[in-house]
Amino acid sequence: MNSLQTPPLSARRAAPDQAGLRLVRILLPIVVLAAGVAAWELVVRLKHIPPYLLPGPIAVFSTLIVDWTVLSQSLLTTLQTTLEGFIAAGIGGIALALLFNQSKWLEYSLFPYAVILQVTPVIAIAPLLLIYLPQQTAVIVCAWIVAFFPVLSNTTLGLNSVDRNLAGLFQLYGASPTQTLLHLKLPSALPFILGGLRIAGGLSLIGAVVAEIAAGSAGAGSGLAYRIAESGYRLDIPRMFAALLLLSAAGIVIYGLLALVSHLVLRRWHESALGKEN
Amino acid sequence: MVQPATLTRADTAGLAVSLRAVTKVYDSGVAALGPLDLDVRKGEFVSLLGPSGCGKSTALRLIAGLSAPTSGSIGVARRGGEARGAPGIGFVFQEPTLMPWTTVRENVRLPLKLAHAPAAEANRRVDAALNQVGLAEFAGAYPRELSGGMKMRVSLARALVTDPDILLMDEPFAALDEITRFRLNNDLLALWRNLRKTVIFVTHSVFESVYLSQRVIVMTSRPGRLSAEVRIDAAEPRSEEFRTSADYAGYCREVSNALAPSYSGRAGS
Repeated sequence: MNSLQTPPLSARRAAPDQAGLRLVRILLPIVVLAAGVAAWELVVRLKHIPPYLLPGPIAVFSTLIVDWTVLSQSLLTTLQTTLEGFIAAGIGGIALALLFNQSKWLEYSLFPYAVILQVTPVIAIAPLLLIYLPQQTAVIVCAWIVAFFPVLSNTTLGLNSVDRNLAGLFQLYGASPTQTLLHLKLPSALPFILGGLRIAGGLSLIGAVVAEIAAGSAGAGSGLAYRIAESGYRLDIPRMFAALLLLSAAGIVIYGLLALVSHLVLRRWHESALGKEN
Repeated sequence: MVQPATLTRADTAGLAVSLRAVTKVYDSGVAALGPLDLDVRKGEFVSLLGPSGCGKSTALRLIAGLSAPTSGSIGVARRGGEARGAPGIGFVFQEPTLMPWTTVRENVRLPLKLAHAPAAEANRRVDAALNQVGLAEFAGAYPRELSGGMKMRVSLARALVTDPDILLMDEPFAALDEITRFRLNNDLLALWRNLRKTVIFVTHSVFESVYLSQRVIVMTSRPGRLSAEVRIDAAEPRSEEFRTSADYAGYCREVSNALAPSYSGRAGS
């Protein structure tokens, strides 16, 4: 009797619990952030820490507003580099994966070099690239080097994860290689490709920043990372923080946008985009 | 793709499929099948019955041309004008094998799309096939929104949409619950009576094979060979009454007895 009554009871309680949990999950990080910012401001004020050592959050925000023309210009530059690197990484990664999928020979010949490019720290490659390439190109190439590998490896994984029976079905109905690619392999790989792109978004920002810092130390550039380096030399610490804040926000927005795109594309059919109640 | 040889002489004798001394040895060295001889008449409903791993699925894939025999010859009757492009074979897999990223309608349309069928004709045929399996109102649904039995119906509709002469079914209802399975058995029999296609049905269920087929081919375990053949001469049309009749029980006993050596042989090896 008891065991029969328990499920409806807990089920009735589950709904408000879930909504409450969601609220808590949003509220908790905000509370932590507010507490951290308040503590930061308090420590700076009480200890009379000069802004060239550690600016308080209010100083950082006012710098953000006062220097907005310079900083927003730099943000746009960095975002543009990131976007270009991301697009190059997306196209390059998917195209390479398709090539590798068509020819094992090509895969065996080139894949090790893709791995080498991936495992060599980009900060070490950036100065070299800046010697051989025009600066803007070098920055984009850096973003590409960091970001293309997850797209390549995820797409490869996706293309190899095609349902064997579905492949048999395409064979039975005499599908051409192009038809198999368009109607079977690419849709099968889509969740993997989107996962790769989601990683690539954040990485292309990292690549752009690394290249800007390398370029900035060579005395050129106008991206956010360059602003950070430049402000560092000038001991303009509040501006360093303001630029860092913008970079961080840009990263969050990029990740959020890509996650949203992925969700919108997959929500009708893929497990990853379905609610748990399904 | 391995095109099965076109039947010429056998075709005139009313055969849909003809296997002669067919063997299949996998790259791993496992002898999966044969040598196997099998003739299936046009319009016949034949079941291949055997323990799992006896090569019955392999036989089906060979007939479909999805893999090549190691030796022997396979003849499949092709229909006269191949203008429609699609082969005269429909295949239903163990799993529904649907494309999860698109709707029921697009899944059923796939064979026609691959054959570049004109859109208007394709639409008409997709509707007809969905009607045949009773899923017309679910055309816009995604596979994940359907139950296991409904997914299998979509798979069946996709196999029927090209109007094939031969329907190959690889344990299609094995994963379904018994109630759904019985219903789909009846629906399949009704389709077969109306459309008179040749059906080769792979199963490991004695009861299912007896209920559905005109002829049950019992196979030995690996490598699969023909061990016995039982004709089921029950009155048509079969229905749930047949399922509970003494005749049915008798046939099931006969087929079970024919199957027993396959299992004991396996235990001995």
